[in-house]
Amino acid sequence: EKAIRELSGVILSRGPKLCNFVDWKGHKVVYKRYASLYFCICIDEEDNELEALEVIHHFVEILDRYFGSVCELDLIFNFHKAYYILDELLIAGELQESSKRTIAKLISAQDNLVEVAKEEASSLSNIIAQATK
Amino acid sequence: MNPFSSGTRLRDMIRAIRACKTAAEERAVVRKECAAIRAAINENDQDYRHRNLAKLMFIHMLGYPTHFGQMECLKLIASPGFPEKRIGYLGLMLLLDERQEVLMLVTNSVKQDLNHTNQYIVGLALCALGNICSAEMARDLAPEVERLLQFRDPNIRKKAALCSIRIIKKVPDLAENFINPVAALLKEKHHGVLITGIQLCTDLCKVSPEALEYFRKKCTDGLVRTLRDLVNSPYAPEYDIAGITDPFLHIRLLKLLRVLGQGDADASDAMNDILAQVATKTESNKNAGNAILYECVETIMSIEDNGGLRVLAINILGRFLSNRDNNIRYVALNMLMRAITVDAQAVQRHRSTILECVKDSDASIRKRALELVYLLVNESNVKPLTKELVDYLEVSDQDFKGDLTAKICSIIEKFSPEKIWYIDQMLKVLTEAGNFVKDEVWHALVVVISNASDLHGYTVRALFRALQTTAEQESLVRVAVWCIGEYGDLLVNNAGMLNVEDPITVTESDAVDVVESAIKRHASDLTTKSMALIALLKLSSRFPSCSGRIKDIVVQHKGSLVLELQQRSLEFNSIIEKHQNIRSALVERMPVLDEASFGGRRASSLPNTVSTSNGTAVKLPNGVAKPSAAPLVDLLDLSDDVPAPSSSGGDFLQDLLGVDLAPATQSGTSQAPKAGTDVLLDLLSIGSNPAQDNSVSTPDILSSAQDHKPAIASLDVLAAPSNMMDLLDGFTPAPPKPANNGPAYPSIVAFESSSLRLTFNFSKQPGNPQTTTISGTFTNLSSNVFTDFVFQAAVPKFLQLHLDPASGNSLPASGNGTITQSLKVTNSQHGKKPLVMRLRIAYKVDGKDVLEEGQINNFPRDL
Repeated sequence: EKAIRELSGVILSRGPKLCNFVDWKGHKVVYKRYASLYFCICIDEEDNELEALEVIHHFVEILDRYFGSVCELDLIFNFHKAYYILDELLIAGELQESSKRTIAKLISAQDNLVEVAKEEASSLSNIIAQATK
Repeated sequence: MNPFSSGTRLRDMIRAIRACKTAAEERAVVRKECAAIRAAINENDQDYRHRNLAKLMFIHMLGYPTHFGQMECLKLIASPGFPEKRIGYLGLMLLLDERQEVLMLVTNSVKQDLNHTNQYIVGLALCALGNICSAEMARDLAPEVERLLQFRDPNIRKKAALCSIRIIKKVPDLAENFINPVAALLKEKHHGVLITGIQLCTDLCKVSPEALEYFRKKCTDGLVRTLRDLVNSPYAPEYDIAGITDPFLHIRLLKLLRVLGQGDADASDAMNDILAQVATKTESNKNAGNAILYECVETIMSIEDNGGLRVLAINILGRFLSNRDNNIRYVALNMLMRAITVDAQAVQRHRSTILECVKDSDASIRKRALELVYLLVNESNVKPLTKELVDYLEVSDQDFKGDLTAKICSIIEKFSPEKIWYIDQMLKVLTEAGNFVKDEVWHALVVVISNASDLHGYTVRALFRALQTTAEQESLVRVAVWCIGEYGDLLVNNAGMLNVEDPITVTESDAVDVVESAIKRHASDLTTKSMALIALLKLSSRFPSCSGRIKDIVVQHKGSLVLELQQRSLEFNSIIEKHQNIRSALVERMPVLDEASFGGRRASSLPNTVSTSNGTAVKLPNGVAKPSAAPLVDLLDLSDDVPAPSSSGGDFLQDLLGVDLAPATQSGTSQAPKAGTDVLLDLLSIGSNPAQDNSVSTPDILSSAQDHKPAIASLDVLAAPSNMMDLLDGFTPAPPKPANNGPAYPSIVAFESSSLRLTFNFSKQPGNPQTTTISGTFTNLSSNVFTDFVFQAAVPKFLQLHLDPASGNSLPASGNGTITQSLKVTNSQHGKKPLVMRLRIAYKVDGKDVLEEGQINNFPRDL
């Protein structure tokens, strides 16, 4: 927690024209600002910083497509969905899929499964509720 | 159903938390929710389990403890439904980490899920495993993951590939199992699988040299072809970013090619063409293109030399450097640092641009640029570069000044062509940023000044002038005060004027003024004030007319609460008042401080130094001082090791005593053996005819010694006589004791092989000549660590041996640490037979036992 707070402090204090890379406690942190939101990722020494920027943008674009013009509130109230998307994009810190379309398809397939399961559950409870009346 | 246990919906809870205006309110809401969740957990509530877990995760993100929910994750994962599993796995990844024991309980569930018919569930399990599994889990489940690498669904294959990365990182032994499946993955068409497969391959090569060999031989060509196809591929909307098809894949491929090409000429040859193509054809107006170019340049720099390619790469970097985009410049600076090792000349061409970057408004860029400049400095460009840097020092930010100062000082020291330039530059730095200058640096400056005897006059005048303008920088004040004390007469007489100097009239009282203001300065700390006091003492001898005034100043500190100042004040006062006859001898010009031993004592913070031209150059050999424990202990050790006339320390003392500017003290030389005791007695009783020079150095050394351990280490040889003063301060009983250790003995190298050295230092207790205490130091000369280190010794019948336990049994490699062990030998034939000893040293290297044996015959004869 402390790390997040400290890092936020450092990043928030950087001016607008400065480069998007910060050295923090021996690690490289890449951040990108979208309106009032900052996305930060921490990468290894040997990783490509410019690519990290692209990864951030990739993620944001996918979020945008999924939520439809994503805004901060979307992420707060649907953080679990944001995580699901992230899990389709990265595993163990490595990029998993470079096609936004593929990721979108996977997510929607899984969302469907959830919908179907909910419907089944509610229809079951309807039956039970009626039966026990 | 208890309405309370169902709790609020996730959305409502989030809304409630966001509506809180204070932290206390938020805590209250969270507490209520946690209570409800705990109740639900206790009741084993099924229906709202996943909602509760979602709430828990939110609460966790806010920073509150949520460990009570960990078992819920497990229950959810074990449930049959997809939504439950999904949130259960997410909870697992967020709330737990690999160190938790709870994780082990999940292994079975995960195993079942890996074999599930629903491929999304398999995907969930792989994802969780890849993010969080521990080594044991990895070992257990590796076979399943391997199998999944060949699953029909590409979604699963790519997840399995990334999961495998984590597995081989946790359990490198399993790497070989993955080589064959990966070779198949590299031939895939699906981008997702290809990317992950390439990533897995890269990591495999890092972990296992066999894998590296295999892929290098079999797959390099295939990969080059894949890259070529990608580069030449037509527009593909699914993968297009900024006009380039799948830049991520480009970059991964380039990275893997780098790993394969590094160190192997054939592989490097195979990729030359495609690298050239990427380097020249890629558009660089968007970030994606630049990212690819960056990776390409990295690869070109790492693989085996191909002159044309390297030139191409450096050109790209040059373009990057002048790009307006800060990110690009940052990245270019980074790359240039690596390029220096490869082609320093080419990088030198961009020197002026890099210098500009040092002054950039962006802190990250400044830092990188400064490091790069530091690497670029050599003898030919040191003067203009330093000038630029010093000029910038004046306008730089406070937080940057520290770094900048350190680098500038280091550059000045390493590359300074003449002493006068060195002194000039250091003066500038001290004036501007003296407070950031580390102690070793200004100590070194003092050493250099003392060595440059023709520059003494110039230096002291320059310092005087500098002090007139700024007296804020502590180090500057200290160096100036020391010089004025030493060379005050030169200052006043305008002696040794150089052509470049303007004449300056300084009266004796001006000089005293300056030193007085140094003492009176509120900001002066103990070191400065102590140095000022001794400087005043020196001046009182050199300027007899000011003696009275000086005495008044000195006397003011008689009642100082700081012991050091009080003591000095009293002693100096007494010298000035009552002992004018010895005063001038006391404060004679210090002899030239030996650069070699001072340089050798430097803390290792400065990098390896290079001696430039001979003679007049600043030559600072590398070396590490004897590790100094408490200063007093160190000095006591020294007094054992350093017999006044014979060993190196004694030579140093001889230098000190012998190299003398006034006739009065030749007797000091012959009295060196008794120097220690005599000085002590003299200071106590202010008697006659001592080796007075010793006490000259003493207060000076004490002044630094008081506050700075490194200074003690650097001056510890010089301080051999001053241990008397220290003992006087701290140890009232028997101060002369160390001197009475009797004749001391030189240390010997008792045993040396290609991998181990043992040195012995000797001492005897007073009044017990038959018993010698030996302190043995083991140094590891090889590059492997020695463990289970055991030393044994055997002696003939006329000797008795007692061995103390060693300081440790693990000896770091390459002399990075030592083991010490103490022995006592009693010689019943003392005086008739010398000591002799057989030794046996046993240790382990990489688990294998090693035994070394030897005999020591070179003990000093009279032990």
